[in-house]
Amino acid sequence: MTPTRVAFAAILGKDLRAELRTLQSLPAMALFAVTTFVIFHFGLDRTALSGSLAAGVLWVTVLFAAILGINRLFVAEREEGGFDAIRLAPIDGTAVFAAKAAALLVYLLALELVVVPVFAVFFLDSAAALPPLALVLVLADLGLAATGTLISSMAVNSRARDLLAPLVLLPLAVPLSIAATGAIEPLLALGGPGYHRFGTWLAVLGLYDLIFLLVGYAVFDFLLED
Amino acid sequence: MPALPLDEAGKYVAGAYVVFLALIVVYVAIMAAKLQRIERELHELAGFAETRASRDQATPGRGNQAAASSASRPGAASEGGA
Amino acid sequence: MHGNGLKPLSIATVAALVVSLSLVFFYAPLDADQGFIQKIFYLHVPLSIVALAGFVIGAVFAILHLRSGDGRWDARSYVSIHISVIFGVAVLITGSIWAKASWGHWWVWDEPTLVSFLIVFLMYATYYPFRYAIEDRERQARYASVFAIAAGAFVPLNFIAVRLAESLVHPRVFATTSGGLPGSMMLTFLAGLLAIGLLWVTLVKFELTAKSASGQLKRLRRALDAPAPGGASRVAPEVS
Repeated sequence: MTPTRVAFAAILGKDLRAELRTLQSLPAMALFAVTTFVIFHFGLDRTALSGSLAAGVLWVTVLFAAILGINRLFVAEREEGGFDAIRLAPIDGTAVFAAKAAALLVYLLALELVVVPVFAVFFLDSAAALPPLALVLVLADLGLAATGTLISSMAVNSRARDLLAPLVLLPLAVPLSIAATGAIEPLLALGGPGYHRFGTWLAVLGLYDLIFLLVGYAVFDFLLED
Repeated sequence: MPALPLDEAGKYVAGAYVVFLALIVVYVAIMAAKLQRIERELHELAGFAETRASRDQATPGRGNQAAASSASRPGAASEGGA
Repeated sequence: MHGNGLKPLSIATVAALVVSLSLVFFYAPLDADQGFIQKIFYLHVPLSIVALAGFVIGAVFAILHLRSGDGRWDARSYVSIHISVIFGVAVLITGSIWAKASWGHWWVWDEPTLVSFLIVFLMYATYYPFRYAIEDRERQARYASVFAIAAGAFVPLNFIAVRLAESLVHPRVFATTSGGLPGSMMLTFLAGLLAIGLLWVTLVKFELTAKSASGQLKRLRRALDAPAPGGASRVAPEVS
């Protein structure tokens, strides 16, 4: 049995190298997000955003862009028969889950590295809120990575797979969305970053991450069976 | 919270219980349809089994030939029916 | 055989429902603030508690299915979730009627329990398209179990998050059903809870029996080498 660490590193490395080489998902996700900001500008008729509106626009855009990218995670595997190779190799399901979730986390972080500064330039007055904002987004991304990996690994084996992952992921992401926007809203308040219930929301995000990482860890072996 | 007068409030409460009843009855109706289908299929299968049994009975004295022909019957029957 | 015990169970359910409804309308006192409207709670709250319990039970059956590989647990998981979703529809409609009677609007975002329930309902509503999109029967069962487990973990998280998001301006109305209920109301509520719980179990058993009957029919068909009827269902889990 290949040690989990080795398997993890191998799969993660393969995914990241593949994305780097072909650059399929990331530019598309980033472009989608930036264009969505422009649409929001016209849709809301605003040149500056703060508080709950800013939090809502930022989070919804990032979430939808993420869901677009999540499907790509396993599609490549399926199209090129990579899944069979993983199944045949003596690897623990947990290594695959951890590697896939880590890859997705890296994609999401890379996406936000581009998108958040653009958002700040388009709609915010100051960059003071960006560091705590980054913390919130990292925790939220971890939750998206766990659930995204779990759902897309199943959706990829179904008919209508492009529709299925977003359909199931969206309600699943509601508690995450509530906590993320709850934390972000005071950060983007007009007068400067506020930390109203910041700790509470971070705790909820952490709890969500913990629970779904555990669920993924526990069930992934069953998903690889065939 | 305002307490509505009894006649108005009564309609809402009644509405809630009616919805509950309606959902149960709709469920019963759906299950009734399933039961009907099961009955129909059982009827079909019973007829099929009876025909086969009488066919086997109608050729008792042919020994091996009867065994051979009744063994080939199911294949022919399902080919004919499909 | 799933049908065993269905008759005494249904009789018990009918008795419990009759007792509970009688208590609601002939015994329970009128609520001081809300008046007659409060009677909706005796239906709405037990329905929601039983539905949520049903989702958790569905998750437990899913775990048993994954660990044993026995398809019967998957059937039980599916039916538990299915009946709970139907109860969920009743929860949302009765909740909406109550909202209209109390607040004048068919929906209120201020009531965290109702909003949480809506989200849970939407989550489980995706169970069907998710399940039916997976063609291979065994894989469908396995993936459905994973879904049921993830969704089961999701339920408490969701309630926590929504409750936290609730602004503290509007008082939580469902507090009336927990602390400080006079004895007669508590008795009526518990009777309702028992009746709805029994109803859930009866309907689950009923549905499993019907599925089992269809499964036996297929078995009989195969044994007789009879031709299959048109349009065999590849979707809902088979029980044999």
